[in-house]
Amino acid sequence: MPDLLLELRSEEIPARMQRRAAEDLRKLVTDALVARGFLYEGAKAFATPRRLALHVAGLPARGEAVREERRGPRVGAPEAAIQGFLKSAGLTSLDQATTITDPKKGEFYLAVIEKAGRETLDVLAEILPEIVKSFPWPKAMRWGAASAQPGALRWVRPLQSIVATFGPETETPEVVPFEVGGIRAGTTTYGHRFLAPGPIEVRRFDDYIQALEKAKVILDADRRKDVILHDARDLAFACGLDLVEDEGLLEEVAGLVEWPVVLLGSFDAAFLDIPAEAIRATIRANQKCFVLRKSGSEDLAPAFILVSNLLASDGGLAITAGNERVVRARLSDAKFFWETDKATKLEDRLPKLDTIVFHEKLGTQGMRIQRIAALAKELAPLVGADPAQAEQAARLAKADLVTEMVGEFPELQGLMGAKYAALEGLPPSVATALGDHYKPLGPTDRVPSDPVAIAVALADKIDTLVGFWAIDEKPTGSKDPYALRRAALGVIRYLLEGRRLNLVRIFDKHSDEVGRSIIEAKIANAPAGVSAFAAGVGSVDWGGQTTNVKSLDLLAFFADRLKVYLRDQGARHDLVDAVFALPGQDDLLLIARRVEALQKFLETEDGKNLLAGYKRAANILRIEEKKDGRAYDAEPDAALAAQGEPAERALAEALQTARAEASKAVAAEDFAGAMRALSTLRAPVDAFFTDVTVNADDPKLRENRLALLNALRAATREVADFSKIEG
Amino acid sequence: MPSPAPTPNRSFQGLILALQTYWADKGCVILQPYDMEVGAGTFHPATTLRALGPKPWKAAYVQPSRRPKDGRYGENPNRLQHYYQFQVILKPNPPNLQELYLASLEAIGVDLKLHDIRFVEDDWESPTLGAWGLGWECWCDGMEVSQFTYFQQVAGFECAPVAGELTYGLERLAMYVQGVENVYDLDFNGAEGEDRVTYGDVFLQAEQEYSRHNFEAADTTMLFRQFTDAESACRAYLDAGAPNEGERHRMVQPAYDQCIKASHVFNLLDARGVISVTERQSYILRVRELAKACGAAWLKTAGGGA
Repeated sequence: MPDLLLELRSEEIPARMQRRAAEDLRKLVTDALVARGFLYEGAKAFATPRRLALHVAGLPARGEAVREERRGPRVGAPEAAIQGFLKSAGLTSLDQATTITDPKKGEFYLAVIEKAGRETLDVLAEILPEIVKSFPWPKAMRWGAASAQPGALRWVRPLQSIVATFGPETETPEVVPFEVGGIRAGTTTYGHRFLAPGPIEVRRFDDYIQALEKAKVILDADRRKDVILHDARDLAFACGLDLVEDEGLLEEVAGLVEWPVVLLGSFDAAFLDIPAEAIRATIRANQKCFVLRKSGSEDLAPAFILVSNLLASDGGLAITAGNERVVRARLSDAKFFWETDKATKLEDRLPKLDTIVFHEKLGTQGMRIQRIAALAKELAPLVGADPAQAEQAARLAKADLVTEMVGEFPELQGLMGAKYAALEGLPPSVATALGDHYKPLGPTDRVPSDPVAIAVALADKIDTLVGFWAIDEKPTGSKDPYALRRAALGVIRYLLEGRRLNLVRIFDKHSDEVGRSIIEAKIANAPAGVSAFAAGVGSVDWGGQTTNVKSLDLLAFFADRLKVYLRDQGARHDLVDAVFALPGQDDLLLIARRVEALQKFLETEDGKNLLAGYKRAANILRIEEKKDGRAYDAEPDAALAAQGEPAERALAEALQTARAEASKAVAAEDFAGAMRALSTLRAPVDAFFTDVTVNADDPKLRENRLALLNALRAATREVADFSKIEG
Repeated sequence: MPSPAPTPNRSFQGLILALQTYWADKGCVILQPYDMEVGAGTFHPATTLRALGPKPWKAAYVQPSRRPKDGRYGENPNRLQHYYQFQVILKPNPPNLQELYLASLEAIGVDLKLHDIRFVEDDWESPTLGAWGLGWECWCDGMEVSQFTYFQQVAGFECAPVAGELTYGLERLAMYVQGVENVYDLDFNGAEGEDRVTYGDVFLQAEQEYSRHNFEAADTTMLFRQFTDAESACRAYLDAGAPNEGERHRMVQPAYDQCIKASHVFNLLDARGVISVTERQSYILRVRELAKACGAAWLKTAGGGA
């Protein structure tokens, strides 16, 4: 079966876009083929800095013939209908149509339209230029003389040539005949820009990839990564060093070279005074080089790995020397930042933060810090931290943002604060908190254990969430520019480790602080004379307490994040809903414990049967309440039940005991105990449904039995809203 | 006395001469620096204004660039508040602009078999000029030596056709080809013995004086006034040259001078630290509005293709 080879060669494609572009190319071409009925056996796409390539294997030489029957009007139908039919079926006269007989409706015209399968080559010639023209680059550009005209081709950087061939393995393939943006598809490409600049004639994928390899181009990015990683490890090992591996950097570097040549450079050991993270940041961000450790040690070595794109005639001496010069200059800058920063105390940097806007509507960093400090102090006792230290750490937590080092390398925020704080001799817990309060940065990042860090981290994240909620900048769909989901998940992880907070009350109180900042920011931004006022926020009753509408909305956001988090831990999302559906639930730790107990209970026979009994009771109640147009929510009459069937009496008694027990256990936060209490209901509920007719003839008896079912519903609500539970 | 040979790897001026010769040979007009203080070669009207409109244009020139905030009192071996850019503008960009650029490196003595040249993504944007383009930083052995940009928009207008812009950082490049670690040690004239002149001989004192001026002394009251004056003068000149129906604009370049002036004054105020973060944005916007108005007027001139 024939194969397609496509290469789009351009000027240097940004490294960060290459992998995605290769994948887009594969998907666009194969989807377009499949949409036209052309199936294929396999497809693989590749990217280098200078080309996207695609190999689609096992395509048919031509598409399948299509036979279509189109039924027309009845024989003898009016002329207009017949003409319409001929036109739509592409016939010139009725002689070209046949007739069919429908046993009920009589004789009809029938057109049989046969379309020969299209040549795959022609279909490709139709598909490919369109894909090139509308390729989804994150940023595209125009270029050259053609850009004087509207509608000029856009590509990530100027597109230079196209190779497109199609044909079976055994024959010389044909060029897919198309042209786009003045470039005609052909069979010529070029090798490495410096090592093999001449033209290369290619026919199909197998000889293409080999010819490129000969011309010093490794087409497959993963192979380039392998080469870099292995050569780097070997080179380091030979010098008694270990490579500090860095997947993100490896991916980027593999996108900057077509023929990786790994070299080792060194720098003056005196630079090792600079914190290791800062050395790594500067060498990584500015030079795209890897740092090295002394073998078997955590300490950095005064050396680095660079990846060049050239097999130089001097074996790389000049390249290494050049890179060393630049690294030296960069490290001199870093050392200067480090020394300069040490001369100013974090405390003395605070006034500067008053002049930096955090968010136009939320005011300055200074205001933000005041809010976080107040909140951290308040939360401290709840997480076992010293309030004074929590407040101090929170006040200094953002001071490193105005240091030289963090100005240059924003990714070092927190870390530099911790370093400078330690040098100043601040208490260790305070220094640690400056570094750790940003954590956890992702689902796999660790959660700090020092209580001061925890108080500051919680305060920082809660302030961010309450703040952005107050100005209605909530995450939508894939857009979450302020990383609010991550902040909420961070809070969840801290709390589920065993910490108790009543979030709604904290949100309510903190929104007052945020409100004050919003007003100040408005006054600062508004032209003189415009008075600012606080946006009125609705209050609602929530489980007996008056609360801010936005606090509840934020709690709902937490509920969603908790659901996602617990689901990843293996919990059922419907159980999270069932617990959140109860009023007044905002202690995430208790909620999670309750969900856990509930899930265990529902896995037992008692649990499953009780749930079945609950569903049955709820169904009956729903039907009867609807029929009668009233709710049966009165307490059941025990005396009346006592006169009824034994099973009825037994259930009434069991309910009273179980509900009281469950309620008591819940109050004592003994959720397993609450479940045990509920489990005693299983037998009486089963017996009730076997022995007792709910819809008794005696209306009094019927009403009381419905009330009993309602009491069962009420008893289960002691632990969760069972109506939200699936199954 | 024999005159020193203009070899690009021996002297700063030799490097400049070699680049001028190379680009002259490629059909560029070799212009002289614009006689105003600018932050980058792009501000020269030969780039900003000539990039607009349909007329072909090829030029190359050295432009002193002033970055008041980058002053280091002559104490940093790499940073200067006044340095030189070599600017090449080709409209429309020729299809082999990358090859032309690489050959220019060879012309100044960079052996492409020995050095690792890389085109690393760098999307260029000038908020003050309302301009952006896509291209690269060009690296030589890990050092950024040039910027390479395909202009997409200037002064808020689409470039049609697109111009290719090359900006060489001359001091860095010279340090590289001369193998010098400190900019002040650069050989300026390539002469021997007591005739030898270094970059430091020419510029060290100036760096010290201007750093003091930029950070400590520049008269901010005067500068704030100059900003406003330049802004209103720019508008006034544009009005004065505004075309009648069907005619051309008659006073773009004097107006654009005032836009350049406003931009430099803003940079000085910024270096003095008297512009807050919020104000900063609004000053940039004000300069951009001037640049846009000048660009619009330029398109109504003969040079702009009207």
